[in-house]
Amino acid sequence: MKAAAGPIHSRLLLVDPDSGAMRLGTLDEALTAGDVVVVNDAATLPASLRGATAAGDPIELRLATPPEIGWAIVMGAGDWRTDTDHRPAPPILAVGDTLRFATLDARVVAVSAQSSRLVQVRFDREGAPLWHALYAIGEPIRYRYLDRAWPLERFQNVYAGRPWAAEMPSAGRALDHRTILALRKKGVGVHTLTHAAGLSATGEAALDRLLPLPERYEVPETTFRALSHARRVVAVGTSVVRAVESAARGPLSGVTSLRIGPDTELLAVDGILTNLHGPGQSHFELLESFADHAFLTEAWETADRLGLQEHEFGDEMLVLPGALARMRPVERTAA
Amino acid sequence: MSTALITGASSGLGRALALRLAKDGFTIVGVARHPEPLQALVAEIVTSGGKAHAIPADVGDRESATRIAGEAHALVGHVDVLVHCASTLGDTPLRLVADTEPDVFDEVLQVNLAGPFRLTKALLGPMILRGRGAVVFVSSDAAVEGYPTWGAYGASKAGLDQLARVWATELAGTGVRVVSLDPGDMDTPMHAAAIPDADPATLARPEDVAARVAELLQELPPTVRMKVSS
Repeated sequence: MKAAAGPIHSRLLLVDPDSGAMRLGTLDEALTAGDVVVVNDAATLPASLRGATAAGDPIELRLATPPEIGWAIVMGAGDWRTDTDHRPAPPILAVGDTLRFATLDARVVAVSAQSSRLVQVRFDREGAPLWHALYAIGEPIRYRYLDRAWPLERFQNVYAGRPWAAEMPSAGRALDHRTILALRKKGVGVHTLTHAAGLSATGEAALDRLLPLPERYEVPETTFRALSHARRVVAVGTSVVRAVESAARGPLSGVTSLRIGPDTELLAVDGILTNLHGPGQSHFELLESFADHAFLTEAWETADRLGLQEHEFGDEMLVLPGALARMRPVERTAA
Repeated sequence: MSTALITGASSGLGRALALRLAKDGFTIVGVARHPEPLQALVAEIVTSGGKAHAIPADVGDRESATRIAGEAHALVGHVDVLVHCASTLGDTPLRLVADTEPDVFDEVLQVNLAGPFRLTKALLGPMILRGRGAVVFVSSDAAVEGYPTWGAYGASKAGLDQLARVWATELAGTGVRVVSLDPGDMDTPMHAAAIPDADPATLARPEDVAARVAELLQELPPTVRMKVSS
């Protein structure tokens, strides 16, 4: 499947595991009054910082958490245009090492036992001056299949609030203002939570297998109440599944290590709106908590046949039991 | 806890409004081009027991909106009230519209119209999902009168008024209000630059206008464009 090289006006494949039906459609037609859509309102951080060690070795620091926590992956020379797996290895860092960026310094305060690429840094300032410096010199984490260095603003959802996400919670791209207002008008709730979605790749296979790392989340009480009264709950993106299912098993706010896969029994989420990621990708395994492997593979092949585009800036699918229960003619929407 | 983000916060109405809303209990995020007067404002608010943060930025810069929204959300969590006070006249002394250089005209539109559009767009989504918020564009009678030499400025403010009208209609029922306020002639550095020989005694004090704007914000009337009389 072709990867979207830039933010496209996404199309949506409706996928109904109950009836086995799947076809192109709109969110509006698949949802009815009483359903609740939950979005991750984390803004995408300018998480990529180019700099050098004290010895002058070039590095790219990719924040995996918000900067005041400071966990980050270190990459070697080069930039997003190169596949993370083919980037030169970064210098080995030790606690106490200084990292220099254009107008900002950081000190390594911890190195993970799991990988020397995973470090915790403390910046030389905090609060407003730290945020100001980060936004001045940081770039969004970009993907190698993009056709240009799209600016940070194109990595934001329309409802983006606090900058907690290392990478864009990109399933939210399907929710423009028109869609949100239309859903609300027909009685579909649109509620928020904040989840510090982390990195999708580290450049080291062993570390990639540990993803997602523990991530901070916060589910407002109003959202949790709406969930408990919802007819069906649709999570917009995998980060929302992780946060809602964590809140259903524990506190409404905290740090979650919950991993979701084929064997996970979902307690609170019924469906997912998601970008297209194929079989074999970790993302696909999470989807298997919603439907079985064979059915999702069929959905993937259908999306491919329809010419949909994969990855963060591409098309999307809604996997929701009953999404196509009432077969209605496809509504025509303006291009 | 309510929060207000005010552009043009380092002088004139923006500064007076920041001080006023801080006194009323708002946490203030002040945005202005020059860091020093902005930091002085923040220090003044904090010294009197209020809460305030500074984001030095130029709203006319095409890339500043995402940065301002990100920094503001990081610092205060959410923004309840957004007031666009930042504004430029272009060249002073003001010139006939036909004598206005195209790059000056463009700069006026960037700062006074496109900038407020971009920053509102960047902050509006969370307001809609929270079901409350207010966006205030500061307009002028130059938006509706054909004052000679006020061409670029007047056109930008007329654009703001119309942006407010369309946005107000689109957002009806969401709990988010968009209005444009004409504050009238005030004794500010900008007014002095535009009309150097004006008698200050005939001009409203920005503090008094700010007090009136603060009152209006407590319960905005249903109209989109309104005049503020202090």
